[in-house]
Amino acid sequence: MMNSLRNFALSLVGITLVIGLWAMASAFWSADLPSPMKTWEESKLYIMQPLEKRGEMDQGIGLLAAYSLVRVAKGFLLGILFGAPLGLLLGASQLLSKMFDPVIQVLRPISPLAWLPLGLVLFRQSEPAALFTIAICSMWPTVINTMHGVRAIPQDYINVAKVLRLSPWKRFTKVLLPSTLPYMFTGFRLSLGIAWLVIVASEMLTGTPGVGGFLWQEYNSLIYSHILLCILTIGVVGFTLDRMMAFVENKLRTA
Amino acid sequence: MRPLEITSLTKTFYTPTGPQTVVRDFNTKIQPGEIVALLGHSGCGKSTVLSIIAGLQDATAGGVVIDGREIDGPGLERAMVFQSPSLLPSLTALDNVLLAVDQAHPKNRRKQNRERAQKYLRLVGIEEYGSQRPAELSQGTQQRVAIARAFAMEPRFLLLDEPFGALDSITRCELQDLLVDLCAAKPRTVILVTHDVDEALLLSDRIILMTDGPEARVGREIDVALPRPRSRTAVMDTPAYFAMRNEILEFLESHSKQFQH
Ligand SMILES: Nc1ncnc2c1ncn2[C@@H]1O[C@H](COP(=O)(O)OP(=O)(O)OP(=O)(O)O)[C@@H](O)[C@H]1O
Ligand SMILES: [Mg+2]
Repeated sequence: MMNSLRNFALSLVGITLVIGLWAMASAFWSADLPSPMKTWEESKLYIMQPLEKRGEMDQGIGLLAAYSLVRVAKGFLLGILFGAPLGLLLGASQLLSKMFDPVIQVLRPISPLAWLPLGLVLFRQSEPAALFTIAICSMWPTVINTMHGVRAIPQDYINVAKVLRLSPWKRFTKVLLPSTLPYMFTGFRLSLGIAWLVIVASEMLTGTPGVGGFLWQEYNSLIYSHILLCILTIGVVGFTLDRMMAFVENKLRTA
Repeated sequence: MRPLEITSLTKTFYTPTGPQTVVRDFNTKIQPGEIVALLGHSGCGKSTVLSIIAGLQDATAGGVVIDGREIDGPGLERAMVFQSPSLLPSLTALDNVLLAVDQAHPKNRRKQNRERAQKYLRLVGIEEYGSQRPAELSQGTQQRVAIARAFAMEPRFLLLDEPFGALDSITRCELQDLLVDLCAAKPRTVILVTHDVDEALLLSDRIILMTDGPEARVGREIDVALPRPRSRTAVMDTPAYFAMRNEILEFLESHSKQFQH
């Protein structure tokens, strides 16, 4: 109890220090960087009326974040829908994993900024292109963790499955899935983190409403304080998502 | 019913350091209803022989014949208890047993199989833990579930790989007694791997002593002509028990590398 109180106080000190640095930077270094106070003044409306819709982009930060979250959720689900089965296959088959390992290693580090134009070429519309980009960038941790999960199934359980002559379906539901699920979920958490990273890039390039789209528009309209508002929102939402996933992950590990 | 025949069983592992023939020309016949103990030094190849009988590994040469047919993989007429409990962690104790019963008797009604699974949990003395997951149970209790799982299949052959090896001595005695009871209640063919001489003498009709590996084979077979039902204390009072015990220990010593001069 004392400890968590202390930790909380310490993190408050950290936040204050960073805000102080920010204030100093805007005062002495970059005149274009809005001070914390100015940022708050100009962002107040968006924060205090988070669900207000004034125009296509001019909306409360809650609404903008919700658009982005929905987009991320779709792209992320698409990604794990392909990623998890792919990971299961690669984990179960030496042949397939040898075949595809180099491909994955090459595709994995590609930036969303590179995928998005390809998505636009393939789908001709910004929304599917954005989902494609989120999915393909975020699926790799799920693929790789699921693959490791399958490989880590104890030989004991495999022997039991053999001795009991379990059907492929029962092997899948009683042995493979339960032992891989915690690994898979670690993959999901990392994938969601990446999906959230990618959202900004894909909204910027496609100009769709959302936190990233708003950020880019406000940059073009020279309202720099809103850039900071968006950055902070992205950080807070990303952090919350990660905490939530970590919570579920822990539940799975102890279950 | 015909005996289970193991003929010229040879197993070679191809390791990075070259081929390793662990077992060579292993021969024996096991009669229906017989309880056979497979005894030998650690690493001589007991588990290898047993897992070939279970169909988990292929023989390099020779093989195992049941009812005149060479086995080529696991079969539900052969149930196995592994050295570690090996329960599926996502299923409760009862569901672990039930899964095995359902596999062995798919035509039975679900209720019937469920009752049988419960009955065997009761027989191993842990009916009240049926709804618990393996992680919540002690090693000894988990091993009881594993034994219940194998017995509940009511298989023709029970393959037991040091089933009590990892347990404390009190639990081990309890489970040995339980095995005696279960085998007495319904005779079936049992192959028990162990390196505990007293356990082999208490439980088996015949002891197969394996020579040391590599290239282990059957070194000697001893008929354990002790009357049944056997109790731990009564058995130890017979002169025959000590004669056999000495014979086994002498064999093991003379085949142990440490004691060879
Ligand atoms: N998959 C494998 N590849 C290579 N060598 C193996 C393999 N499995 C077993 N061996 C070797 O075969 C030998 C016999 O192993 P096995 O497990 O059958 O012995 P064991 O008699 O059951 O020993 P223990 O009493 O310790 O259980 C050992 O030397 C072991 O290292
Ligand atoms: Mg062994």
